[in-house]
Amino acid sequence: MELLVSGPVNASRSRWLLAHAALVFGFLYLPIAVLILYSFNGQGVGGFPPQNLTLDWYRTLFGDGPIWDSVFNSLQVAFAAMAISLMFGVPAALALDRAQFPGKALFRRLVLLPLILPGIITGLSLLMLFNLMSVKLSLLTITLGHGTALISVATTEVFAGLQKLDRAQEEASLDLGANYWQTFWRVTVPNLKLSIIGAALLIFTLSMDEIAVSFFLIGRDNTLPLEIWGRLRRGITPEINAVSTIIFLFSLLTIVVWYRLRVRAEGSAEVGTELIGSAANVTN
Amino acid sequence: MFSRAYKTAVTVPPLAWVAVFLLVPYLLMFGYSFWSVSPAQTIVHTWNLENYKELLQKPVYWQTLLRSMWIAARVMLFSLLLGYPLAYFLSFYAGKRKDLLYQMVIIPLWVSYLVRAYAWKTILGSDGVLNTSLQYAHLISHPLDFLLYSPFAVVLTLTHIYTPFTFLPIYAALEHIPRNLVEASHDLGATPVQTFWKVICPLSIPGVLAGATFAFVLSLGDFLAPLLLGGPSGIMISNIVVSLFGAAYNWPLGAAISLSMLVLVVSLLFFSERLEKKWSFS
Repeated sequence: MELLVSGPVNASRSRWLLAHAALVFGFLYLPIAVLILYSFNGQGVGGFPPQNLTLDWYRTLFGDGPIWDSVFNSLQVAFAAMAISLMFGVPAALALDRAQFPGKALFRRLVLLPLILPGIITGLSLLMLFNLMSVKLSLLTITLGHGTALISVATTEVFAGLQKLDRAQEEASLDLGANYWQTFWRVTVPNLKLSIIGAALLIFTLSMDEIAVSFFLIGRDNTLPLEIWGRLRRGITPEINAVSTIIFLFSLLTIVVWYRLRVRAEGSAEVGTELIGSAANVTN
Repeated sequence: MFSRAYKTAVTVPPLAWVAVFLLVPYLLMFGYSFWSVSPAQTIVHTWNLENYKELLQKPVYWQTLLRSMWIAARVMLFSLLLGYPLAYFLSFYAGKRKDLLYQMVIIPLWVSYLVRAYAWKTILGSDGVLNTSLQYAHLISHPLDFLLYSPFAVVLTLTHIYTPFTFLPIYAALEHIPRNLVEASHDLGATPVQTFWKVICPLSIPGVLAGATFAFVLSLGDFLAPLLLGGPSGIMISNIVVSLFGAAYNWPLGAAISLSMLVLVVSLLFFSERLEKKWSFS
C-alpha cells in the first residue's frame, strides 16, 4: 500500500499507528516479561528493582511433590480429552461437510457453543449432569468436560481442512475397490493430517491451561491450573512465577509449532481466524 | 458419493455424544431454574417461577448483573481501542513483518488465562511491581491501593486477555478488503482520511462486531479474574452463581441466573451475527 503511506499526512499517520502498535505489544508482553523476571528474584514477588537473582525458586519447584502430581494429572486429562475431542470432532466435521440430517443446524451450533460461552455455563451444566447420574467428581469428569468442550476445536480445524480437500481422490479410491474404512484411513486422514495434528496440539494446550470448566468438575485430585489457583489463595511466592514461566514456554512452543503447521496447510497469514470466525458465527 | 452407512457412521456418534454431554446438561440447567430447594436442602421438583421472581426483586442480583455488563462493556471498548488500530497497522502498514507481528498477537491468545491474570496480580499489588517501582522512582511516597482488588484491576486484566480475541476478526475483515477498492478511492481524489471512513471502516464492521461480541460475552461470564483481583467491589454475576452452587447451596437460583446469562449471551450472538450479515461485503 505505497499509495497510502505517501505524503506528509500519511507519514505522520503511520507514525501514530506504529507508536500505538508498540504500546499494545508492550501491554500484551510486559506482564509476561515481569512474571519471568521475578521468577529469578531472591526478594520475593514484589519489590523494585529485582535483587539477588537466583534459581532457588526453580529448585523449590522441582522438589515440590504436589505440583508434579498435578502436572501428571493434567497430562492425563489433556491426552484423554484430546482423544475424545478427535474421536467425535473429526466425524462431526465429516458429518457437517457431507451428510444431511434433521437438526444439522442445531447440532452445529451446539458443538461450537462451548467455544464462545463463558466456561462457567459449560462447567455448571455438566456438574448438574454428573450430579443427576450420581457420578463422583474426579479427573474423569474433568476429562469428559474438556473432551466435550474442545470437540468444537477439532471440528472447526478439520472442517476448514475438508474445504480444501479434493474429493476426486476419495472417489478414485472408492472406485478402485477400497471400502469406506480403507478410504478414510488411507486417503481422507492423510490429506487432513496437518489439520488433525494442529487441532490435537491446540486441544492439548487448551486442556492443560483450562480452569473455568475444571473449577466445577474437580474431585480430590488437582489439575495444574487448579493446584496453582489453590496456592494463589494462600499467598503468592516466586515459585508460582517459576511454574508459570515454564507453562508459558510450553504454550509458546506448542503454539509456534501449531502456527507453522497451519501456515504449511494454508499458506497464508490468516491462520486461526476460522476458529474465532466460526465461534463468532455460532448462531449462523 | 458417500453411502448411507458412511453418513450414519460419521453422524450418529458425535450426535449422540453432543446430545448427552451438551444438550441434556443445558436442558437440565433449564429445568433446575424452575425448581426450588426445601429447608432440608433437597431439590424440590415442582415447577415454579420463584427463582426468576427473586432475581428481579432482590437488587443484589440485577445490580451485580448490571455491574458485570458495565465491566464487560468497558473491556469491549478498550479491546476495540487497542485491537482495531493494531489490526489496521498490521494489515496496511506492516509490510514484510506482518507475519511475525501477527504471530506475536496470537501467542498471548493461547497462553494460559491463569498465568496472565496472576501476572497482573503481582504487578498491581500494594507491594507489587508497579507500586514499588513508582516508589523507587520517587513518583509516589505511599503505595496506590486502588490498583488491586478493584473493578479497575478486573477491567485491565480482562482487556489484556481479550484484546487478541478482538484483534483477530477485525484483522481478518481488513485483510479481506480488496486492495483495488482502496486504490480506486485514492485515484478518485479521496484523502486517506476519507478513504478510511468511507471505504475501509464500513467494510471492517463485521469484524468489529464479531470481536466486540467476543470480548463482551467472555468477560461477562468471568469469575476467576474478579476472585483473584476484584475484591468486594469487583464482584461479578458469575461469582454469585459460584457461591449459590457452593456454600449458599441454592442450585435452582444459581441455574436461573446462569440461564438468564445464557439467554443474554445467545441473543447477543444472534443480533451481532444478523448485523454482521447486513454489513458484510460479499
